[in-house]
Amino acid sequence: MTDVSYVRTEMLQEKAPPVSQAGIIKWLRENMFSNIPNSILSIVALWAIYYVLSDVLPWAFKSSWNANSLGECRSAIAAAYGEGASGACWSVIHDRFLQLIFGFYPKELYWRPVLIFVLMFVAIAPVLFDGLPKKMLRFTMVYPFLAFWLLWGGSLWFPLMIIAGFVLGYLAFGVVSKMASSLVGMIAAVLVPILWWLFLSGDVATMLQSIIPLSIESVASDKFGGFMLSITIGVIGISLSLPIGIVLALGRQSDLMIVKVICVGFIEFIRGVPLITLLFVASTLLNYFMPPGTNFDLILRVIIMVTLFASAYMAEVIRGGLAALPKGQYEGADSLGLDFWQSTRLVIMPQALKISIPNIVSSFIGLFKDTTLVSIIGLLDPIGLSTNIRANMEWNGVIWELYGFIALVFWLFCFSMSRYSMYLERKLQTGH
Amino acid sequence: MSTITDPVQGGFRISMLLYDTRYRSMTIQVIALIGFLLAIGWLFGNAAQNLAALGKPLNFSFLGDTAGYDINQRLIEYNSQMTHGRAAVVGLLNTLLVAVLGCITATVIGVLVGIMRLSKNWIISKIMTVYIETFRNVPVLLWIIMTMAIFIEVFPKPSDFRGADAVASMKLFESVAVTNRGIFIPSPVFGSGSMAVIAVFILSIVGIFVFGRWAHKRQDETGQILPTFWIKLGIFFIPSIIVFYVMGQPISLEYPELKGFNFKGGFHMRNSLIALWFALSLYTAAFIAETVRSGIQAVSKGQTEAAAALGLRPGRITSLVVLPQALRVIIPPMISQYMNLTKNSSLAIAVGYMDITGTLGGVTLNQTGREMESLMILMAIYLTISLTISTVMNVYNERVKLRER
Amino acid sequence: MKKSVFIGTLAAASVTASLAAAGTLDDVKAAGELKCGVSTGVVGFAAADANGVWGGFDVAVCRAVAAAVLGDANKIKFVPTTGKTRFTALASGEVDMLARNTTWTYSRDIDLKFDFIGVNYYDGQGFMAPKALGVASAKDLDGATVCIQTGTTTELNLADFFRANNISYEPVPIETNSEAQAQYLAGACDVFTTDASGLAATRATFENPNDHVVLPEIISKEPLGPLVRHGDNQWGDVVRWTLNALISAEELGITSANVDKLASAAGNNPEVNRMLGTEGDLGAMLGLDKSWAHRAIGVAGNYGEIFEKNIGEATPVGLARGLNAQWTNGGLIYSPPFR
Repeated sequence: MTDVSYVRTEMLQEKAPPVSQAGIIKWLRENMFSNIPNSILSIVALWAIYYVLSDVLPWAFKSSWNANSLGECRSAIAAAYGEGASGACWSVIHDRFLQLIFGFYPKELYWRPVLIFVLMFVAIAPVLFDGLPKKMLRFTMVYPFLAFWLLWGGSLWFPLMIIAGFVLGYLAFGVVSKMASSLVGMIAAVLVPILWWLFLSGDVATMLQSIIPLSIESVASDKFGGFMLSITIGVIGISLSLPIGIVLALGRQSDLMIVKVICVGFIEFIRGVPLITLLFVASTLLNYFMPPGTNFDLILRVIIMVTLFASAYMAEVIRGGLAALPKGQYEGADSLGLDFWQSTRLVIMPQALKISIPNIVSSFIGLFKDTTLVSIIGLLDPIGLSTNIRANMEWNGVIWELYGFIALVFWLFCFSMSRYSMYLERKLQTGH
Repeated sequence: MSTITDPVQGGFRISMLLYDTRYRSMTIQVIALIGFLLAIGWLFGNAAQNLAALGKPLNFSFLGDTAGYDINQRLIEYNSQMTHGRAAVVGLLNTLLVAVLGCITATVIGVLVGIMRLSKNWIISKIMTVYIETFRNVPVLLWIIMTMAIFIEVFPKPSDFRGADAVASMKLFESVAVTNRGIFIPSPVFGSGSMAVIAVFILSIVGIFVFGRWAHKRQDETGQILPTFWIKLGIFFIPSIIVFYVMGQPISLEYPELKGFNFKGGFHMRNSLIALWFALSLYTAAFIAETVRSGIQAVSKGQTEAAAALGLRPGRITSLVVLPQALRVIIPPMISQYMNLTKNSSLAIAVGYMDITGTLGGVTLNQTGREMESLMILMAIYLTISLTISTVMNVYNERVKLRER
Repeated sequence: MKKSVFIGTLAAASVTASLAAAGTLDDVKAAGELKCGVSTGVVGFAAADANGVWGGFDVAVCRAVAAAVLGDANKIKFVPTTGKTRFTALASGEVDMLARNTTWTYSRDIDLKFDFIGVNYYDGQGFMAPKALGVASAKDLDGATVCIQTGTTTELNLADFFRANNISYEPVPIETNSEAQAQYLAGACDVFTTDASGLAATRATFENPNDHVVLPEIISKEPLGPLVRHGDNQWGDVVRWTLNALISAEELGITSANVDKLASAAGNNPEVNRMLGTEGDLGAMLGLDKSWAHRAIGVAGNYGEIFEKNIGEATPVGLARGLNAQWTNGGLIYSPPFR
């Protein structure tokens, strides 16, 4: 046995791959410079990024945060960065930050909108996450009334009386549908609360208020402004539009000719006109449609029109959800002997709503962005406030800082929500 | 109900309206209709009462009154002595103009961005993602206002072009002036004999179509493929150019010139139009890009591979296999984006572009105080535009729908 | 009231209801709050500060009326209105009065069914141009680009002026004043036209006011004043005479400094006595108490003081009294006597 061997017995040292095939260079070659057109594109893109950033970044960072007026700010920047330096006057944001967020809401009551905003997440959590106990849904039901009470203040009895209306409606449904058919029950469930709200609740609330006063300081809606106004309009609009949208979607799908025509007509009309014309209606016409002498304030009128607007879109979203349900679900529900309302309530809607959630979030994003239109009819949302701020002598002439800040806040809200809805969509897809 | 001819066994009882499924739906409908009519009647009764109390019952005669205000951009002849109705038409044309321009550019940008977002080039696809996410998540009103602000603050004013040491100069061989009042571009002047050139040009376009069909037919019959693109390009340019020179160059260009306060001559594209057009296009393009991307991704990979297995070249795979299938997914949401763009063009008032909302729903409404009538007409017009677009969409959907068997 | 109980339940705090038959004065007293329509922001005339407190020349009229009627100048709900929404806001009862630089015109008074209760500022439409443009008169503006704020009488005056002088122009309509200003400064238009007071206010806020001139032509009459709904004469009288009280106070030398003293006991001037309620009871005729005028003047002083504090020469707006001086000083500001 010779120990001549043709097979190497010890391992060779590993060699590093060629420089062009490793690490960052390989990545660059594959992802940015794979061929000549791609390389040109990449270089152009890099140049464009540099061009934009070299203008924007110095402006954004050579800034002043603590001036009290535009003139003061400009001289502060000139002092710090030399004559002729143009920098951002972020001090306008610093100065008016609270106003841009809360509008003219009384300072000592800021905790109320903040609390409501935080509670909002608690309220929607059981809808969005499966793991949470279903009992939390009860809080979700109460939340709108709580939010209304905390935001506008006043007597607690008014929202309680509205809840009482719903309770009465539910009781009426239970009692009447046992005595007669469920259709009569439905009619009673609609009629009783309406009659209660129209004729009794106001007096009862006033009476209860005088017996047991339970009220907090009320805040008129002209004090609402800034992002708080946008969020208020957006959230109220979308949550009120959900039930209306469900009814409209069911109406649109129904076999009942007249109901269908009414629903389709409404949906197509609202979707066919721009929101701004509906807001013009809110600002100039809506009072004409009310009995003489009635008078709503503008924010309430805007909320009404925005709700109608959102319901039409919501109806289409839910119709999409209904259409996406497999036919077997409908047939299965029928075969169990459930009537229309039972099958809708117990089988169809829960599933249809669940698959609609990503689209509901998207339409909320759309609505939230559209709330900026209220500035055109004179409400002081962030854009309206930016005009108002510039009407003050101190800040006359500030443009980019305000717009930039507003755009950034909107972007943060909308981007995070859209990411969330995408995540949800993916999560729902794996179920199939 | 007594007129029902359907024989009812055991006679008709009133309770059957509720319990018998044959009549129940009828009952519901009648209740719904009555409720609906009551609500509508209540609303309009109130409105009539209120308007009567204000002393301005519904009356459209203000449309025939003298408007008294000027409009800067008018596609048809208009001056301040003409009627409010005419002003509304001028506004409507401006709306349609910006909507059409916006839809075209939004489609071009959107398709390009959507394709580039799928590009293998990392930096390009990231830039496109940033663009899409930035534009989609900020309100369009803010974009419109900011675009206008950029146009006003960044571009030079006409006086910067003046004098020996002018700070700004005209672009493209001294033919285009980009100012903060808008862009001035040369406009064609049609001399005598220009009709012939135009006629030949139209004929050559017809020729391109005829040739295309002939080439297609020939390919079907013989299997030979002609270089149609180059031939079409030739038909497009050559006859017109020949006639243009034969007739002694009857069409010339009028260049904008700095005269008095402003540039004169050529087309003046006001920056209100450009800002609105740009902002709407960029905003809508971000949505269209997402549509295009998801449309392309919706075509399953097997389709591409199958086409490749048949021996088609990559270009043909895209044009013959991928695109026709992707379009079926892309077009419906794209058309609803067109609808959104048209509706969003009503935000023109934010930049002072005199569209229908700016004329009829703006100055006319303010000056006449006829908000009910103005808004009714305004909504009816937008509704008509939207319904037209959605009709087109439905027709198209019917045509491309997969015939399921 | 019945009809709106339901709505009242829905939003008790944000909804008010009143029967049209009841007078506005009673409604305001019952609500304990004056709803006053103002503009969304014009330097010196109406703007909200960082704390949301409204101030300005137009706002001062609202505060005086609130003080006269309710005894508290802060019991006001300010409703910002745009050129488009202001008249409907007033007509529909959303506001009780409109104090927003609104020109008194025939059609607004007659056709739109409003009552202008007086004039608190005599204005006229003018032009502002950069000095560098070298324009001396508005008649030299042939072919110029003109920035106008929409929703006012301005665009009609402008069309009339250029038509009458047979010269052409390019109108650039703009929704808000601050926007118009930005465009003018950037040179997107050659001249900026609005009421002369607005021009002065705008010019005052420029970095280099001296680079801009206001052209001599005033092309229109713009009497600006508060207005109320037509047909409610009692309320109209309250607002009218509150404004007149402010004007008379200046003429009679009543200022915020001496009003308390003058109102404490009858003095030598019978008109002062009548106005401040130390003699007779003019307030009762109006449906108010004796010291209504005292409270109105007590808020921010007389017309002259309000003018100087908000838009006078000492302020950045820097308006001279001009036409708005008392008639005794050669101006047009004139109040009927308190008798």
